[in-house]
Amino acid sequence: MNDMSPQTVTDGKKRYAAGVMKYAQMGYWEPDYTPKDTDVIALFRITPQDGVDEIEAAAAVAGESSTATWTVVWTDRLTNCDKYRAKAYRVDPVPNAPGEFFAYIAYDLDLFEPGSIANLTASIIGNVFGFKPLKALRLEDMRLPTAYVKTFQGPATGIVVERERLNCYGRPLLGATVKPKLGLSGRNYGRVVYEALKGGLDFTKDDENINSQPFMHWRDRFLYCMEAVNRASAATGEVKGTYLNVTAGTMEEMYARAEFAKSLGSCIVMIDLVIGYTAIQSMAKWARDNDMILHLHRAGHSTYTRQRSHGVSFRVIAKWMRLAGVDHLHAGTVVGKLEGDPATTKGYYDIFREEHNPMALENGIFFDQDWASLNKMMPVASGGIHAGQMHQLLTYLGEDVVLQFGGGTIGHPHGIAAGATANRVALEAMVYARNAGRDIWNEGEDILRDAAKTCTPLKQALDTWKDVTFDYASTDAPDFAPTPEVSA
Amino acid sequence: MRLTQGTFSFLPDFTDEDIRLQAQYAIDKGWAVSVEWTDDPHPRNTYWEMWGHPMFDNPDAAAVVYEVNECRKEHGGKYIRVIAFDASPGWESIRMSFIVNRPKEEPGFRLVRQEGEGRTVRYTIQSYSADRPEGARYA
Repeated sequence: MNDMSPQTVTDGKKRYAAGVMKYAQMGYWEPDYTPKDTDVIALFRITPQDGVDEIEAAAAVAGESSTATWTVVWTDRLTNCDKYRAKAYRVDPVPNAPGEFFAYIAYDLDLFEPGSIANLTASIIGNVFGFKPLKALRLEDMRLPTAYVKTFQGPATGIVVERERLNCYGRPLLGATVKPKLGLSGRNYGRVVYEALKGGLDFTKDDENINSQPFMHWRDRFLYCMEAVNRASAATGEVKGTYLNVTAGTMEEMYARAEFAKSLGSCIVMIDLVIGYTAIQSMAKWARDNDMILHLHRAGHSTYTRQRSHGVSFRVIAKWMRLAGVDHLHAGTVVGKLEGDPATTKGYYDIFREEHNPMALENGIFFDQDWASLNKMMPVASGGIHAGQMHQLLTYLGEDVVLQFGGGTIGHPHGIAAGATANRVALEAMVYARNAGRDIWNEGEDILRDAAKTCTPLKQALDTWKDVTFDYASTDAPDFAPTPEVSA
Repeated sequence: MRLTQGTFSFLPDFTDEDIRLQAQYAIDKGWAVSVEWTDDPHPRNTYWEMWGHPMFDNPDAAAVVYEVNECRKEHGGKYIRVIAFDASPGWESIRMSFIVNRPKEEPGFRLVRQEGEGRTVRYTIQSYSADRPEGARYA
C-alpha cells in the first residue's frame, strides 16, 4: 500500500502502476457521487475486520462486486472503467450496532444483463460475501431502476387476475398444507385435499419436500389431487385449487410435471426456491404461457435471510422474486411459529403488493422503489396460525393474502372439513365486522365467540387452540425506530 | 347444497341491514356497487345478468338495498349478488362480491368424468339447474 488517503488516484501512471492499491484509491469510493436514476443501488451492512477502515471496506465491496480484482491490472485501460466501476458513495454507522456500517453502492445499468436474476445476483452477491477483510456482510436492500424492472416479465398472473380466475373477492384466500408432509399415499393424500376444500378452503398445498418419493410418486399425487379438487368444486360451486409441487431434479422433468398438471385442469403449480433463480424464471415464463398461477415456497431462505449481520435480507429476495415472476410467495405471519416481527413483515408485504414503495426505514425499506406496473405478488402466511388469531391476521396482513392453516385445519378435533369450515367462518365473520366498522383488534375475540354460536366447528377450534401463541424475540427487526434518524 | 361463492356465503343469509352495511363500506371506499342475477351458478359463469349499470355516483347504500329488492321482485327465485368495482389504477376489477338471494332449493352440480388414456380423467362440472332452459330453471 503506497498511500493511506482514501482519495482516488487520478494520475494514470500512478493509478495503473503494477502492484496492490487500496480499493478506495482505485475509484470505488466516490463520496460526491450522485446516483443516476438508471443506476442499480445496493445497500450492504458491512462488519469490517478489526483494524479495517469502513470506507475501505465499502470500497472493497464495490470493487469485488463489480470490476476489481486483488491487484491493479493495466487492461482496465482498455475499457471505459470509470463507468463500469461500482461506486460506494455513502457509509453510515448502524444505529446501536458498534462495528457495523451501512454502505450504499451504485452500479451502472450496463453492468447487468436484461431480464436475468442470475446475472444480477452473480455480481451483487457473487464473490464478495467470502471476502476476507470483512467479518460479515449482508445485502439489506436494493433500488432497482425502472429501466431495469421493465426488462423482467414479473408475476405470471398477479393478484388481480388470480382473484378473477378464482372468482374470489373481498377476503383473504384460505389454504392448508397437507400433513403429515411425508408418508401419505396418493389416495390418502387426496382425501385430505378433498375434505379441506369441501369444508371451505380455496387451496390446499403440497409441502416443499413432497416431490416423487417411494411412498407416493408424483403422477399418483396429481391424479388423486385433481379428483379431490373437482369433487370439492362440484360440492360447493366454487373454483378450488391445490398447489401441485413440480420441483424436480431437472428442468425437463419440471416441465413434464407442469404439463401434466395443466392437462388435468389444475389452475396452479408450485416450485421451491431451492431450484434456483434461472429455473424460477423459466417456470414463471411457462406459467404465463399456460395461464397457470405459480406458487413459490421459500424453502431454504432462512439459511441466508435470518441473521442480521450476514446474508441477504428477505426483502431483497422478495424484490428478486417479483422480478422473476412468481405469483405466490411465503412472507411471514407475524403471529405464527416462524420468524418475523410486525414492522419488518409489513415491509415485505408492501414489496409484494404495492405499485410504489416509498422509503420506510421503520419497515426496513431504504429506497423509493417503483414497480413499473409489474403484477403484484400474493403473500402467503403459513406456519402455526389458527382461527383464534383471525383478527390479528386480518389487521397485520390485510386482505390480499393466502392464510394457510395446516395444523389449524387438519388438527381440528372433529376432522379436516370441520377445521376448514371453522377457518372460513372465522374469516368471513372478521371481514364482515371490519367492513361494518367494528374495532376488530380489540373486539376480535368477541366477534369470534359470537360467530361460534352458530358454528360448532369454530367453537371447537377456539376451545382447542385458545392459548397457543408463539412469543419469541425476533432475530431480524428494523434498525430504525418509527422516526428515522437517518435519511437516504 | 349451499352455493358458497362470494365473500360471505358461510355466514347466515344477509338481512337488508347486512346488505346496507357491506355496500356502504364499498361505497365509502370509492367503489361502484352493482346488482347481478343468474339462474346458472356454475363456478366459471363469470357474467351474471346485470340489474342495471354499476351505481357509479351513488353515495348511499340504501339505494343498493332498494335495487336488490326490486331485482328480487322479478328474480326472487334465483341467485342475486352484490358486486363492488374498483376503478383505481393497478386494480380495475372487482373488490367484493356477495350473494344476497338464493333459490329455496339449490340442486348443485354434477361432476362428469370422462376417462382418458392411462388413468387421466377429464372433469366437467354441470349445474343441475342448467338442464332446464334459461328462465325456467328455478320457480
